[in-house]
This record gives sequence, C-alpha cells and structure tokens, in this order.
Amino acid sequence: MKFLHVENLAKKYPGAKKGESFTVFEDVNFTIEKGEFICIIGHSGCGKSTILNNLAGLDDPSDGLIMMEGVKVSGPSLNRGVIFQNHSLLPWLSALKNITIAVKSRNPTWTQSQILEHSYKFIDMVGLKGYETRKPSELSGGMKQRVGIARAFAIEPKLLLMDEPFGALDALTRGMIQDELVKICGQTRQTTFMITHDVDEAILLSDRILLMTNGPYARVAESVKVSIDKPRDRSTIVHDPAYYHIRNYLIDFLVKRSKELSGNNSTVFHAEESADSFPKVVDPHMIALVKSAGSVVR
Amino acid sequence: MKISKINRDATLIFLSVLFLAFLVGEMLTSKGISKQKELTEYELLMGADDEKARLPSPSEVAVLAFNELKNPFYDNGPNDKGIGIQLIYSIVRVLAGYLLAVIFAVPLGFLVGMSPVFYKALDPYIQVLKPVSPLAWMPLALFVIQDSILSSVFVIFICSIWPILINTAFGVASVKKDWINVAKTLEMNKLQTAFRVILPAAAPTIFTGMRISIGISWLVIVAAEMLVGGTGIGYYVWNEWNNLDLASVVFSILMIGIIGMLLDLGLAHIGKLFTYSE
Repeated sequence: MKFLHVENLAKKYPGAKKGESFTVFEDVNFTIEKGEFICIIGHSGCGKSTILNNLAGLDDPSDGLIMMEGVKVSGPSLNRGVIFQNHSLLPWLSALKNITIAVKSRNPTWTQSQILEHSYKFIDMVGLKGYETRKPSELSGGMKQRVGIARAFAIEPKLLLMDEPFGALDALTRGMIQDELVKICGQTRQTTFMITHDVDEAILLSDRILLMTNGPYARVAESVKVSIDKPRDRSTIVHDPAYYHIRNYLIDFLVKRSKELSGNNSTVFHAEESADSFPKVVDPHMIALVKSAGSVVR
Repeated sequence: MKISKINRDATLIFLSVLFLAFLVGEMLTSKGISKQKELTEYELLMGADDEKARLPSPSEVAVLAFNELKNPFYDNGPNDKGIGIQLIYSIVRVLAGYLLAVIFAVPLGFLVGMSPVFYKALDPYIQVLKPVSPLAWMPLALFVIQDSILSSVFVIFICSIWPILINTAFGVASVKKDWINVAKTLEMNKLQTAFRVILPAAAPTIFTGMRISIGISWLVIVAAEMLVGGTGIGYYVWNEWNNLDLASVVFSILMIGIIGMLLDLGLAHIGKLFTYSE
C-alpha cells in the first residue's frame, strides 16, 4: 500500500448560470511513497494550491478521494503540516512562541521545559539561534519563512505540504533556504509535497515532479523521475548529465505541451492516457540516453 | 537633530498661542472704568460695580484655578464641594458604566463576529439602537432603576457598548484567514482558536473601539450629570452657571478636557501592549 493515494480528485465551482459548473481540475490521480519528495508544477490557475489545500484538509474536493496510510483525509490534522506561501506567522508572538504554540498543540501533555527544548532544536536547525525573541515584523523575509519551516518541522508531520514557500523571497535568500531544506530533508527523510514555479528548485529538491496541464479541466499529466543521486548540491547538480535532460523536458512541457494537453484538447490527452488514468511516468534522462545510444548504433 | 528642532519650534508656537490667547482674552474682558463712588453691600451683590455681566478674564480663571487646585477635595455640603471630589464622582461613574459595557460588549461582539447567523440576526438591533442619543434613555432608566446615580451609570453603559461591540465584531470577523488556517492545521479546538489566535489578532481593533467608547463616555457623563444633578463635574458646571460664576465654568471646562485627555492616553497606553505590526 502506498503512503498517500489521490484518486480521481476534482474541483468544480458553480458557474454563472444555474446548473453550470466550472471545473478547475478533474481526474487527478497520483501516489506518494513514504519519504518521497514530490514537487508539482503547472501554470497559474491549474489548481495546484487547491490540491494542496485538499491534501491539508483545509478545503474539500468536489469529487474524488485522498487516502493517507489507508485513512480517508477529511479536515486538517497535525499529521499534515503546512508551510504557507506567505509564512503565516502569528505577528503578536515571537519566533520562538510561534513554534512553541505548534509544539504545544502537537504534544499537549508535555511540560514547558520539554516544549522549549524541542522548539529550540528546530530554531537551531533553521539557523535562527539568537533571533528567537524577535517578533516576525523584526525579521527579514527569509528569516520569517525559516520560522515557518521550523514550525512545520517541529510538529513532525507525516506529510509536509509546502505552497510555493520561497516564492516571495529574493534569489539569493531562496538559494540559501533551499540548501537548508535539502539538508533537513536529507536528515529527516520527510515525506513532502511542494508546489513551485521554479524548475531548478524542483529538480534540486524532488524525487519526482508532477506536471499539470493548463486549467480549466487541468490534470496531472506526467510524473517525471529526477534520476540524480542524493544528496544533491546546488553548485554541482548543474554538471550532472541528467540535469539538463530533465530541465529541458520540464521547460518543454511548461511552454508547449501543458497547453496542447490541456482541457481544450482533452481528446489528445485521452488518446495518450493509460487505462487507469494515472500520470505517465517519464524519465527524461533515460529517454535521452536511449536516443543517443540509438544514434550511435545507427 | 531634526526632531529636536521640530520639538523646539512646536513648543515655541504652543507657548505663543497660549500667550496670545491670554492677551486677547484679557483685552476683550477688561472692566469698564469702575465708578469711584462707594457701593453698598447690596449694590456689590447685584453687580453694580460693573455696567454689565462679562466673561471672566484669563487671569481671573487662573487665580480661581490656583485656589481651587490648592484644595481640590474640600467638602462644605451639597452645593460646595471641591473640583477634585466632583471629578472623582464623574470618573467613578464613567468607569463603572464603561467596564460593564466592556464585559458585556466584548463577548457579544466576539459572538457576532464569529457567527454570520448572529451577525445577521443582531445587526438590525445594533443599527437601530446605535444612533440613539444615550440621554434619550435617561427617563426610561430613571423610571426603571429609580436611582439617579445608577441611571447615569446606565447611560454611560449604553453609550459605551456600541463602539466596543462593533469594533470587536469587525476585528473578529476580519482576522486573516491564514491565521485561522494555522490554527486549523494545528488542530486547535474552537476555544483554543478563539483565545490563542482570534482574540490576540483582533485585540488592536477591540482596543480602538474601547478608546472611542471612553471618549464618548466622558462626553456623555457631563450632560447626564447636568440632568440628574447632585454630584459630579456635569452638575458642578451647571451649578456654577446657576451661580453666575463663569470663571468656575471655564475652569471646569479645562478640567474636563484634561481628565478626558488622561483617560484617552491611559487607554492608548494599555492598547499599545496588545498591538502588533505585521
């Protein structure tokens, strides 16, 4: 049994006219193994955030089913931690208190010293020692997001959900926090589902990348394997032969095929799709290797 | 350096306005040439030393203020109490009515802000009762409560409720959805969400309402005490008007202003403890 199952997930909103409805996405199917890091990429409006909110239990899908460890997901849970796009720290609490409030919720029976010890561990982990008494307004954007990361990791969720966590950060800060995330995820083997618009970020962090077609009627079309060994390093990963094969494949999908495969041209999609409508598994590096091998033989 | 210059200039302007007001006041209220002949005590009592009643000059008010503030808490019977005693009467009434209003309006505002059903159900009452002058309640209060002091406390209560209620409801209803989502993902129950997230998030808005209310209360108490009489700064003003002692009236206007300012500053100070910046 897979750790997480998403079956035929759909989100529809009532349309302007009675009886009409607007379908953001439908027939979304994918699974996540324990310890896997999954990124999902797609154009704005394809419903990535809605899928994440469905996984978090903050929003209910119109149709379909989400099962985690064999149990249906309904409503939010401490087993699924969320790192929000805009950090969502409580501004009247210090960085430390933002974390302890989460730890206290996770472990209601703990003593104050246990809570503090546990919280400080995660303050250290994100490199915020010395800043713990500051309020979020006194922290930089990157530091705020680190507190958000520490808060999410401190409750030790079974599944971590991240909604474009670095979207609002500048490139340098983003790179630094990505490095830290690589390190932390390497240590904790945290199962993670992350939304991003950044192709390089997705390759650096994930084991698999889910590609969504454009909305409306968006689908998860393909599941791209990132066949680069872990641990990865931002400076060396670009020299990996697989890197550009994967990168080109993703860019090609985003620029061209996400539109070709979108709801408007769904006949094309249905012709391609496998019977169970699970996303096609692709390994761009393998494809490239096979291709070049073929040309050599010829 | 720049700020010190601004402060210096502001102080200078403040003092010149004060001086100018004093000067103009003195000029406008100067006595006509007093008649040289000796007046009888009866003539003096009837104000025959001056051709007509005049506004008090600033210096008269200042002398009176000095004498009154030298001994603000004397008590020579119902019609002659020190300004301090009168002010304390008023402050106690205001605080009593105001605190009752806080106790009543904050939880109710919370309910109205949290629940769209309660909001829709109670909004018509709020909208109709809010614009009613609190003094319009006075006859009803006097009849039902049968006590003039408690009636003025009730009038303060009724005028304090609305800003607190409305601001609390607004603050609670407009708590960022992200913060509520944080509470949800942390599996907080309704009570925990209310006390750990919604209350601190709405606190600055609630305090703004409380600050508006204390200002209104202080406005209303003067009028209320003019109506019910007996004690308090409002009664004092009206009593001095009846005594034709306009210097005392001017003096009490100043005192009402100063106490109102202190009440507002006090609340602003407390409110600062609960504000946050994003």
